[in-house]
Amino acid sequence: MRHIISVLMENEAGALSRVAGLFSARGYNIESLTVAPTEDATLSRMTIVTTGSEEVIEQIVKQLNKLIDVVKVLDLSDGHHIERELMLVKVRAGGKDREEMKRMADIFRGRIIDVTDKTYTIELTGTGSKLDAFLEAIDAAVILETVRTGASGIGRGERVLKI
Amino acid sequence: MELTGAEIVVRCLAEEGVEYVFGYPGGAVLNIYDEIFKQDKFKHVLVRHEQGAVHAADGYARATGRVGVALVTSGPGVTNAVTGIATAYMDSIPLVVITGQVPTAAIGLDAFQEVDTVGITRPCVKHNFLVKDVNELAVTIKKAFHIAATGRPGPVVVDIPKDVTHHTAEFAYPASVTMRSYNPVLKGHSGQIKKALQMILGAHRPLLYTGGGVVLGDAAEPLRELARLLNFPVTSTLMGLGGYPGTDRQFLGMPGMHGTYEANLSMQHCDVLLAIGARFDDRVIGDPAHFAREQRKIIHIDVDPSSISKRVKVDVPIVGDVKAVLEEMLRQIKAGRERPDQEALTAWWTQIELWRAKDCLRYNRQSPIIKPQYVVEKLWEVTGGEAYVTSDVGQHQMWAAQYYRFNEPRRWINSGGLGTMGVGLPYAMGVQLAHPDAQVACITGEGSIQMNIQELSTCKEFNLPLKIILLNNRYLGMVRQWQEFFYKERYAESYMGSLPDFVKLAEAYGHVGMTIERPEDVERSLREAFAMKDRLVFMNFITDQEENVFPMVPGGKGITEMILAEEL
Repeated sequence: MRHIISVLMENEAGALSRVAGLFSARGYNIESLTVAPTEDATLSRMTIVTTGSEEVIEQIVKQLNKLIDVVKVLDLSDGHHIERELMLVKVRAGGKDREEMKRMADIFRGRIIDVTDKTYTIELTGTGSKLDAFLEAIDAAVILETVRTGASGIGRGERVLKI
Repeated sequence: MELTGAEIVVRCLAEEGVEYVFGYPGGAVLNIYDEIFKQDKFKHVLVRHEQGAVHAADGYARATGRVGVALVTSGPGVTNAVTGIATAYMDSIPLVVITGQVPTAAIGLDAFQEVDTVGITRPCVKHNFLVKDVNELAVTIKKAFHIAATGRPGPVVVDIPKDVTHHTAEFAYPASVTMRSYNPVLKGHSGQIKKALQMILGAHRPLLYTGGGVVLGDAAEPLRELARLLNFPVTSTLMGLGGYPGTDRQFLGMPGMHGTYEANLSMQHCDVLLAIGARFDDRVIGDPAHFAREQRKIIHIDVDPSSISKRVKVDVPIVGDVKAVLEEMLRQIKAGRERPDQEALTAWWTQIELWRAKDCLRYNRQSPIIKPQYVVEKLWEVTGGEAYVTSDVGQHQMWAAQYYRFNEPRRWINSGGLGTMGVGLPYAMGVQLAHPDAQVACITGEGSIQMNIQELSTCKEFNLPLKIILLNNRYLGMVRQWQEFFYKERYAESYMGSLPDFVKLAEAYGHVGMTIERPEDVERSLREAFAMKDRLVFMNFITDQEENVFPMVPGGKGITEMILAEEL
């Protein structure tokens, strides 16, 4: 099962390596991992997408909690949540393909954020599967470069991860 | 008044009431050593290798329950210390290890004696710190002691760059420290405790399975009271020995790979298993699928939530300090009238006695060659069962665990989790310093003792009257045993063809050496050695080369699938 886990941790040097080290040492999967400071600069928030059996996920949550720098852990998959990922795609967009590429970006609610006479750079936000769908929808041969942030997640409604 | 970082380190250690710092100087810690030279609050024990420093601090911590302290320099000082740190980590021993680091400006530039200490030690510490600002030094050391000693204990590394030791700051040692990210749960959940008590009082075939958590959590008293109140059988893991008296009728011995027949069968066939500070280690339950074949309810008390349902699914988890939880259980049992079904309990004990009648630890006491088990039994007799016994790792460790029946906690000091050869001698040093008047024996093998033999020199310097009980079979015995059973007697590299003359070696270090070759000399020599109260005596017992540790559960098998001595 795929799980998306949010971690609130002390914004200290090395905190990320403790989490990454934990996952590699114990053989847990990491599909993606994102981290940045929160509105409170002393705290970082990390979103980890992982897969594993219920037992493994339970261990992951416990092991994360055991890290001294970790303040709070929430398995977002336990309830309703929203997740988003950002992708930047640079595509070849010259000649007759140019109009088609613009249209595809519009359909997926992407924005063209950089333009040359031969390329577009498109910014796209959504769930991971939407980003995958966009990449499948366009001709693989025109993709010059992609970069994705990995998923960030937040609970729906009143569900809040805060100290 | 402003103090230098080095002065702050020394003052912090004094404030913590540290008695001994085990260490080895070097460039990055010279400022700290200079301050140690000027103070008299604690003693510094100069070891002969950094690994010995950490093991000795670890042994001190195991024997006292206090935080052990080690101090090493940067680079190789740290890498030498890593085995000691990992050993302490696996057995949850509270340590603060202070490491020197190259100056902050040189970090990352491949400076002389630089290693990424925080990176190297990260997977084997409870936590670690790199202190880049002298203003953070005192509070960081306070945090280190706090983290090391509370919750599930463990080693904490504080890495201090050399420039930080000569920068200055106002010194104020905080009386306490709180951390929003670290608040171990101590009090067990009352609903869970209630649920557990219903199971316990309704049990027909109960078993108390107790581990290192009982010793570390100082829970031996409530454990004893609970076991006696309910007349339940008790088994203790390698790390838990002494938590319950080894000579008591209710004690079944150790479970697991080299556990007793009665302990393993009771583990398998009980209907309610109360696990107390034990973690269902692979050496204890063998094949988890085989263990799960029998239906039983499992209650697990542990201070570390991640130890619960890690290898074995638990029915009633109780996160909390084992002592607090056991005391609460006792209070509730005493307040109520309900008691376990006595008839069922009697039938269970009858069954256990039948298993016990197998006498699975019997061996040939008439052997004309010294049997290692015999040496341990005689050691028990000669020391009245009251010695502090350290061991190394291998066959001798198992014989020590099986035949020295520990009646008190913190008397049995060994590396259970990591299984580190070479711990025995430095452990014994830490124990003897903690308890200068106690009898301290180090049961070891000729393989293990040579891994930290240099510490004999430290023992001389500090006049530590240890008794080293070398069970010398000229083989790496446990390796040889596995090769005999599972590799068709191909003894690959397990024979040590050229051993030193241990008597001369002991004498060279300024100690007394003895070689004992006949069973009839064992007891007399032990008495003679222990009578030398102010001397280290190195006793080289020439033992049966082919003796094996029984019972044995082969790796990957179920715990009832034991090989017993008579089956070979």
